[in-house]
Amino acid sequence: MRLTAVDRRATELGLAPGMALASARAMVPAVRVMAANAPADLRLLEKIADWCDGFTPLVALDPPHGLLLDVTGATHLFEGEQAMLDRLRRALKKQGFAVAGALAGTALAARALARYRDGTVVPPGRDSEVVAPLPVEALDLDPVTAHAFRRAGLKTIGQVAGRRRSELTARFGSGMVFALDTALGRAEMPISPRLPLPDYRAERRFAEPVMDEKTMLATLNLLAGRLGKTLEERGEGARALQAVFFRADGTIRHVAVQTGAPTRDPALIERLFREKLDALADPLDPGFGFDLIRLEAARTEPCRDEAAVLGHETTPQKEIRALVDRLTARFGTHRVLSFEPRDTHIPENAFAVAPAQYAQTPRQTWEKMRNVGEAPRRPLRLFSPEPVSLIGGEAFRWRHVIHKIRRLEGPERIAMEWWHDAAPDRDYYRAEDEDGRRFWLYREQGLRWFVHGVFA
Amino acid sequence: MSVKNQKILALRAALAAVEPHGVRVELGVPRLDAVLAGGLMRGALHEVFAAPSHEAAATGFVAGLTVRLGGPLLWIRQDYAGLECGALAATGLFEFGLDPARLLLLQVTDAAGALKAASDALTCAVLGAVVIEVMGSPKLLDLVTYRRLALAAGESGVTAILLRQATAPSGIGGVETRWLVRAAASQDEENWGQPVFDADLQRNRHGPAGHWVMKWSCDDGVFRPADRGAVVSAPCDRPFASPVAEASAA
Repeated sequence: MRLTAVDRRATELGLAPGMALASARAMVPAVRVMAANAPADLRLLEKIADWCDGFTPLVALDPPHGLLLDVTGATHLFEGEQAMLDRLRRALKKQGFAVAGALAGTALAARALARYRDGTVVPPGRDSEVVAPLPVEALDLDPVTAHAFRRAGLKTIGQVAGRRRSELTARFGSGMVFALDTALGRAEMPISPRLPLPDYRAERRFAEPVMDEKTMLATLNLLAGRLGKTLEERGEGARALQAVFFRADGTIRHVAVQTGAPTRDPALIERLFREKLDALADPLDPGFGFDLIRLEAARTEPCRDEAAVLGHETTPQKEIRALVDRLTARFGTHRVLSFEPRDTHIPENAFAVAPAQYAQTPRQTWEKMRNVGEAPRRPLRLFSPEPVSLIGGEAFRWRHVIHKIRRLEGPERIAMEWWHDAAPDRDYYRAEDEDGRRFWLYREQGLRWFVHGVFA
Repeated sequence: MSVKNQKILALRAALAAVEPHGVRVELGVPRLDAVLAGGLMRGALHEVFAAPSHEAAATGFVAGLTVRLGGPLLWIRQDYAGLECGALAATGLFEFGLDPARLLLLQVTDAAGALKAASDALTCAVLGAVVIEVMGSPKLLDLVTYRRLALAAGESGVTAILLRQATAPSGIGGVETRWLVRAAASQDEENWGQPVFDADLQRNRHGPAGHWVMKWSCDDGVFRPADRGAVVSAPCDRPFASPVAEASAA
């Protein structure tokens, strides 16, 4: 067992990561150790990354304990680079983390500086001179290479950079040279953000955290208006929207809604979120309030103008669609359903119940099975087949009740689709009992009886 | 006719004039429509109880009412109802004469969700009807809820139908009509199996109660008097005569 991390007092006592636990114990008998939990550490890092989303959407993980933020174009929101870095470090420190951070032209330079010159902000274009005095280990090379540099007397990045390129490439490979160039700000290595950047987003930051739902919804309405303007310019509407609530203490909550048709009407979007927030199983807990609310259009589709402002439409279909959206926001996609015909004669598969939001004009139409004047041939309500026991051919027992058969018609043989599964064929009968209840029974393989449905 | 009677008639006429959605839909059984003062009232709350283990008949009766009402239909159903009474079958509805394309199905876990969804849906004026299928007698279904549903229905003109399964009829007011429905035996020996309902109209705000046996014509989408003839009970539970009786007297 080895030490993976040590705190400041342990460092002062001479302990270091990588040391065997036995030797650590030998040096400091009173050392207190805890089992390392890498997955939990990673989860925590991801949580912090989520929180950093409030500063910039481009956040990349740099395991085991680093985060890379691309703040291009975001610094002016925080009154400059230095102020932004200070704010980030302060906020994280307040949450109880030990933080080291730096801001530079490239990710690698920033990382190197964060480790060796905490709090540095490099002015544009001066990466190489700031990075030059750092030790070669800052390049995050493999230990063998770093050792080789040391042996060659190259102790700082600046000294390495002073050598000729061809020499370095021949000795250490092009990967090392690229790392060097990136650290010096001469080459660009883009970070790979954890989350895809949504095409459309709008956000609002609050100096004083908001706590009441009314303000939150009003904010969403305002953001939806802003989002709508951008969408309108591109002739698009949102099909899926996500609101992100950043709580002052660092907790983040995502709430998503979907619409059946592309929309950019703020009132409609606000209403969907109101339904959704109202129906959340674990309600949005403002705690000490939210200091940032963001609205993103996660999925967009082209839409014509008249379709965009659903809220002001009067045509029945649009109103129904708005109702479907509201109900879906409240109850979930798989609870608001519509029927679709299917091309099979197996009774339970002859129709599908599909989410109404995704309903399309069906390719098939419903087909009548009975002739004019005849009784319905399919039941109003279907069960998953329930076994019944026949009593002397004149009655059957179903759910503990004996039904005397007054009328019986059949069989209607329905063959199962052998290319799907090898279920036995069924012989269906319509039956009426003495009280006028009408059943749909079937017999399997000539012996077992089931109730499959009931007629009106 | 006495002065008092004339006054009552005048008041009734005035009431009828201010009734917000006094549009009525004929069900197709002449004497029943007469008792209902012209048919089933739109934009009101109707309640249909299923007699024990006659859930399918009550479902059929409600389906018939919604066919008469027309327009898009929202059917709110508790999950439990699907297990207990069977899931609504689109093929069966189509055979019955109700186009499944008109139907929107909402599955909820409990009565609270069903009622919440109903009060939202009742504001959507393009709907023809909202069916709320509730199992048992949840505590939530009190007079206040009934009044709220009835008000919402009255404001938008959307008809609300409470379909009550697995419970005994209760006397909570606020409904326009209350029915207890059970299946009746087929009369047609040759072509048996047409939907026939034994419907007990237990409460009727604008007329007397009564008891009818009627069948449903799947082809024409109307109720028809069953052959054995309608049996209308005397309005013994009401102190005043029905408007129909008055009309015939006048």
